[in-house]
Amino acid sequence: MATRRPQDPDAVLTVEHLTMRFGGLTAVDDLSFRVGRGDITALIGPNGAGKTTVFNCITGFYRPSEGMLTLRHADGSAHLLERLPNHAVNRRAGVARTFQNIRLFSGMTVLENLMVAQHAPLMRASGYTLFGLLGLSGYRRAEAAAIERAKAWLERIDLLARADDPAGDLPYGDQRRLEIARAMCTGPALLCLDEPAAGLNPRESADLARLLRHIRDDHATSVLLIEHDMAVVMEISDHVIVLDYGQKIADGAPAEIREDPRVIAAYLGVEDEEIAQVDAEVGLTIPVAEGAGA
Amino acid sequence: MAAAPAPPAALLKDAGLFALVAFGLSVPIVSYRTDLGASGLELTPRWGLVASLCAAVFLLRIAQRLVLDRRAARAARTPAPHQASEAASAEPKAGRSLSQLGLSRLGLPLFVGFALTLPLVAALATGGLSPARYWIDLGILILTYVMLGWGLNIVVGLAGLLDLGYVAFYAVGAYSYALLSTVFGLSFWICLPLAGLFAGLWGVMLGFPVLRLRGDYLAIVTLAFGEIIRLVLINWGEVTGGSAGITSIPRATFFGVPFKAGPDGFSALVGLAFDPMHRIVFLYYLILALALITSLVTLRLRRLPIGRAWEALREDEIACRALGIDTTKTKLTAFALGAMFGGFAGSFFAVRQGFVSPESFNFLESAIILAIVVLGGMGSQFGVAVAAVAMVGGPELLRNLGFLKSVFGEGFDPNEFRLLLFGLAMVAMMIWRPRGLISDRIPTVALGRRKAIGKDLVREGHG
Amino acid sequence: MDVFVQQLINGLTLGSIYGLIAIGYTMVFGIIGMVNFAHGDVFMVSTFIALILFLLLTAWLGISSVALAFLLVLVATMALTALWGFAVERIAYRPLRGSFRLAPLISAIGVSIFLSNFVQVAQGARNKPTPPMLEGGFTLFASDGYAVTLSYKQILIMAVTSVLLLGFWYLVQKTPFGRAQRACEQDRKMAALLGIDVDRTISLTFVLGAVLAAVAGLLYLLYYGVVSFSDGFVPGVKAFTAAVLGGIGSLPGAVIGGLIIGLIETFWSAYFSIEYKDVAAFSILAIVLIFMPSGLLGRAEVEKV
Repeated sequence: MATRRPQDPDAVLTVEHLTMRFGGLTAVDDLSFRVGRGDITALIGPNGAGKTTVFNCITGFYRPSEGMLTLRHADGSAHLLERLPNHAVNRRAGVARTFQNIRLFSGMTVLENLMVAQHAPLMRASGYTLFGLLGLSGYRRAEAAAIERAKAWLERIDLLARADDPAGDLPYGDQRRLEIARAMCTGPALLCLDEPAAGLNPRESADLARLLRHIRDDHATSVLLIEHDMAVVMEISDHVIVLDYGQKIADGAPAEIREDPRVIAAYLGVEDEEIAQVDAEVGLTIPVAEGAGA
Repeated sequence: MAAAPAPPAALLKDAGLFALVAFGLSVPIVSYRTDLGASGLELTPRWGLVASLCAAVFLLRIAQRLVLDRRAARAARTPAPHQASEAASAEPKAGRSLSQLGLSRLGLPLFVGFALTLPLVAALATGGLSPARYWIDLGILILTYVMLGWGLNIVVGLAGLLDLGYVAFYAVGAYSYALLSTVFGLSFWICLPLAGLFAGLWGVMLGFPVLRLRGDYLAIVTLAFGEIIRLVLINWGEVTGGSAGITSIPRATFFGVPFKAGPDGFSALVGLAFDPMHRIVFLYYLILALALITSLVTLRLRRLPIGRAWEALREDEIACRALGIDTTKTKLTAFALGAMFGGFAGSFFAVRQGFVSPESFNFLESAIILAIVVLGGMGSQFGVAVAAVAMVGGPELLRNLGFLKSVFGEGFDPNEFRLLLFGLAMVAMMIWRPRGLISDRIPTVALGRRKAIGKDLVREGHG
Repeated sequence: MDVFVQQLINGLTLGSIYGLIAIGYTMVFGIIGMVNFAHGDVFMVSTFIALILFLLLTAWLGISSVALAFLLVLVATMALTALWGFAVERIAYRPLRGSFRLAPLISAIGVSIFLSNFVQVAQGARNKPTPPMLEGGFTLFASDGYAVTLSYKQILIMAVTSVLLLGFWYLVQKTPFGRAQRACEQDRKMAALLGIDVDRTISLTFVLGAVLAAVAGLLYLLYYGVVSFSDGFVPGVKAFTAAVLGGIGSLPGAVIGGLIIGLIETFWSAYFSIEYKDVAAFSILAIVLIFMPSGLLGRAEVEKV
């Protein structure tokens, strides 16, 4: 479904006037932003700001009430995500995602999880099952290649030794990394991560940051992530978009966002400890009176 | 957990309560029998029967409590770092999954080996082919269910789709052969693939609208479709022969050579004396071959991307879609393939029986096949085979328990209780092993040695 | 027109019976999310209990007042069927709570097979016709030789159903049990944390479902005058269809669904073909589930990602 859209060759994803309503509730309201090619873009905002809804619209789980979502590949071909069926958002447009509550195939091994992610090329290689059923060598070569690819990723995320263990047996941090590796095995142009650092300890967070940089730098995959851990966001993002009540309130480089009074005000709306946390992580003394007055 | 055995008084009270409930349940269904007499229904009291029922319940409950208490006491004696029950199950886990791995690896070849030699063994044991007929017939019956179980296993066990109307495809296969052979005179060997094809097509047709439903809803819709097909078979008399069904369906031939006495029959061809048992033995090996094809194809598919996608679908459908898997198509292939094997089994059924009628394709059949799959442990080929032997062979044993007559009197017909016990057994087995006999999962691909995956991690699907 | 009115009356009568059974399905599904496959067979057991009690009262004890006999049989059938509902839940479902998802369903199918064969063994496979009870009725109007009648039976069935539904509605909406029941439907774990005896509530739900099925059983016996051990399955499926049509989990939905199914069945039989009336019922079930799985009054589910 390659179509011409307003030219913005630097953007891998362009979101224009995205609106999502559930009954009377407007979760996302006329949101527009772009995700730069080769960037790590962070989508932040207080709880309930509509971040996951935006993700679900981008990845085809929700059909937006209004708006256009354009995914543009480096070769210039473009896909209108809002018109693709759910699975085609990944298969054809090349958008992969992870989930806030990890969704691994827990009863399958780590390796099998990564093999399932390579379903489409393996299906083709198996002649849509027919050649594979006959045991032709073309499929066996493709399967060996898929295993090699999976092994490379397992090495990258330090899980090669546990390749044959069930995914559900892994510790939490490993599961998060495995889910990212599984998404990467689909060979995406855009990787959407829903709170990848949630529940990780500082060391694991640092590993995650390294992994994400590796993905950006070595795989021609742009990253869009939702994250609450400001330390991670500020450290790795090239670009930050701030949502509040379904609307964009700020958009810019981390350094700009850090000082944006609207962002600070939005975060002041949440619990004290979270402000203190933001305060500490951003490394900013919040001018309370000014922020509240703004 | 209180491990001390209950004091006798409490035990008696508990059993007494059970007996009391049993008494309440027997009144008035058991205590009075209604019979159609000259002046309408007449009642015959049977209080003696009620009393013996209650006594039986009382004694069984005492026995059950004694066994349970002893087991609880034993569990409490083993060193328990956390909770007694948890430790008891965690302790032998490694060893058990190893032995289960061995069982699933060796079980299937053992089963196949046994099945291959059964006619010979039966003939040797009973002193000839004809006396062995009972056993070979039973073998055919069991193998038919093994094949149906393995076919449904693709749908329920691998893809995690709950299908309560599987018998519909069995019926489509049976009627396809019956109609094609009686109306068009096609031979069994042409009809067999056609019947599978038709059943597969029906699987796609029925599957397409329903596969977006989940869980129990999918089960009920498939049940509805199964019933609709049966009711249409009953009512569409011009084509299907109505309740009477279709009779005198041509028998199977040995690839074109009929099983009959005379110069152009099978026995003359291979130079044996004519024996009607040749046909039975042939049917036995035919269904064995069909079942093995089902099994081999399934085993092979499991290791192909489509099979992995089925299992991934069972684990987490949403994650599948995020990974670019077309879940509708994936479900449809599972449904169609399962239906196709059901169709093969159906056309075998028709050729073996020589007649088909809607009676053979009621909901009970679907329930039996599903129970075989679930009891076997979803996804396990060997488990399904064992379950089929137990579920089909078990009730068959009842027929032969002649000694029960001497216990319960001449009027007692054990066969009457076949389905009653079958229902009870289904409940008991679910309580005993809700995940089935073999519930561990063997990975489809491994870098090193394959390790069985415990049942607690394997999900059962939502659709 | 005359035929239409007559079918309307017949359909509403039949629909009342389906509605009563449907409530059992919908309540159980609401609280533990399972299709109680054996519910239709519990209903069938109740028809036999009612039949035998009737025979006992009239033939052996010589009670001749129809009203008194009906009341006594109603109460006794409700009590005895409640025990069945209780026992089935306790033996076949409770041990499986929180276990593998398919296990309760298989267990329920097992109970269903057991119950119908238990009754077959205990009472024989033949149909059991009852002696005529409560014959006669009002002729509403007659024209061209076709009389539209409202029989006493039909009045009784609709009256009993209405009264019981009112009482039942009161029970669920206004009593502590009703509150506990609705709380368990929303969130069983939370309800348990708040001190609700969840097991007891679930048990009571099954008992209530069985009680209503018992009423339906007695009315069914009265209406058709013949029962058989295999009478559980088809009325069960139809009542389940009613529950789904009304929106599973919704009590008014179950009743409305029951009435609609009853009407469709009678009109279908009257105007189209009686042979295909069950096909019609099953087709409606499939169509409703496919195209509006949340039914008329149910809540639509949003897929959680």
